[in-house]
Amino acid sequence: MSATIAQRPAELAMRPQSPARIAFRRFCRRPAAVIGLVIVILFIITAVFAPWIAPYDPIKTSWTAIRKAPSALYWMGTDENGRDVFSRIVWGARASMLAGVVSVAIAAGIGVPAGLIAGFIGGRTDMVLSRIVDTMLAVPNLILAIALAAFLGPSLQNAMIAIGVTAAPVFMRVSRGATMDIITNDYVEAARALGNPAWRVALRHVLPNSFPPVLVQSTLAIAAAIIAEAALSFLGLGQQPPQPSWGSMLNSAQRFLSQAPWLAIFPGAAIFLCVVSFNLVGDGLRDALDPRGR
Amino acid sequence: MNGHLGRRLLQVIPTLLLVSILVFCLQQLMPGDPALLLAGEDRSPTVIAAIRAELWLDRPIPLQYVHWMWGVIHGDLGFSWRIRQPVLELVQTKLPVTLQLGLMAFIIAVGIGVPAGVISAVNRNGKWDYIANLIGLAGLSTPNFWLGIMLILLVSVNLGWLPPSGYVPLTEDWRQSLSTTIMPAFVLGNAIAAILMRHTRSAMLTALDQDYVRTARAKGLGETRVVIRHALRNALVPVITLGALELGTLLSGAVLTEQVFSIPGFGKLIVDAVFNRDYPVVQGVVLVTATLYVLLNLAADILYVVVNPRMRGA
Repeated sequence: MSATIAQRPAELAMRPQSPARIAFRRFCRRPAAVIGLVIVILFIITAVFAPWIAPYDPIKTSWTAIRKAPSALYWMGTDENGRDVFSRIVWGARASMLAGVVSVAIAAGIGVPAGLIAGFIGGRTDMVLSRIVDTMLAVPNLILAIALAAFLGPSLQNAMIAIGVTAAPVFMRVSRGATMDIITNDYVEAARALGNPAWRVALRHVLPNSFPPVLVQSTLAIAAAIIAEAALSFLGLGQQPPQPSWGSMLNSAQRFLSQAPWLAIFPGAAIFLCVVSFNLVGDGLRDALDPRGR
Repeated sequence: MNGHLGRRLLQVIPTLLLVSILVFCLQQLMPGDPALLLAGEDRSPTVIAAIRAELWLDRPIPLQYVHWMWGVIHGDLGFSWRIRQPVLELVQTKLPVTLQLGLMAFIIAVGIGVPAGVISAVNRNGKWDYIANLIGLAGLSTPNFWLGIMLILLVSVNLGWLPPSGYVPLTEDWRQSLSTTIMPAFVLGNAIAAILMRHTRSAMLTALDQDYVRTARAKGLGETRVVIRHALRNALVPVITLGALELGTLLSGAVLTEQVFSIPGFGKLIVDAVFNRDYPVVQGVVLVTATLYVLLNLAADILYVVVNPRMRGA
């Protein structure tokens, strides 16, 4: 069985009219989405190669370079402890990207199986799972994340868990909706008629087809998770100092707003640029993967 | 209609019950023993045992929940460990501040979002549509605490027009009150304006495509009248419900906005409580927020039925 799974992507790629190819071509026709994707890739490269890109140590303080304005030496100035702001933003990309990807992985890891089970089995199982989701959605998600992070204790890891758990309900809804839609298709009926066990129908026939809406949701959720991580770090519940994170940089920048405005401008601009790009990619993917759109 | 509303009302009860369980369970995640935390310096076993008995911490968890819930139903949200005040009292003093901020934010959001959505739909794929969408995307992607800091930098530090932080109650001096809350309200309303704009745009596009709009145009009515009296009135129905869902965004946003502008509201209460490890306050605030949110959504549903004549038969 593993051999057939391994062959599938190759087959898909070889067929000229595969849905993935059509979607990719439609995605490329939207300049805004492509620009977004390029910026997202740049941020990923920055996060992965931070040690080589950052010109200075992001943590080491220097008493001779306190709150220096942006210059050729320090592109984005230095902070109240004499650390290079650009280097800290480069390293901060790591925390943000990590938070975005890990918390969305947690959210999808909880939400997608729950949605698949709810949509596939239906009935009472669906009712119970949907009620739980309604409950979680009844608490505004940042407040739930703050409460979770507070009770778990402040750290980047706990912030990611808190954001992931609070984002899971939306994934459950998306996956449940897609599953309920997919099981009405003839090929699912056919798979059942062939005598496949339910778990096999669910995993082999339903799950892979629910991938497009989950992918779109994931991209948009990464954008939201990056903002959420920055918000928690801003409040002091995420990445702990002196480790750099865009949110905590903004927090300390507040105290020096009139003397050193660059401390507040650049980290926020980084969050904004990163989030806008993920949103552009998400919007582009949604339009490209929508079977109704042309 | 009554059947629909009745069912909706009944749905609220299990949701609120589950919310209360969720909030109660938060306490179980806490590392360490709350009694130990409360005892402070005095760690003698008798004191700790007394605290445990007083807080029912020595009973089984389900019983603790029933005890806690019994208090909540009777208006006892617990007692702040740090401020030494009943949580309900704290909530009562802080909530009006956030409500004022939220209401102002919502007015700003509707004032910007709905007209922008209409303009964008009327000029579909035109220059203004493009500009409105671009601003909308920017609004959605700007972390509101950063927007707040940037506004303070521009308006308070550089121009000196408005105070950078603080709060004056409306009853004390309404001018001062407005000047301290207008910036935070704008920051809070900004993201919701963007969401409302998107909803209004798509609802308007649907409405402008309908037969009644064509009829109105065929009757020779002016375009402004067609857009506002015929299309917008119908388009607002879905916007109301979708807008109500954003009240959660408003409450979440208030936490950050109040922090940036040092406004002593509900959001500041929870953040301060988190740092003081004042867990009863955290629980109380989450419970009140969730209840408020559920009830506001219910109100929006009722409003939806009231404004939508087709729902009345249901």
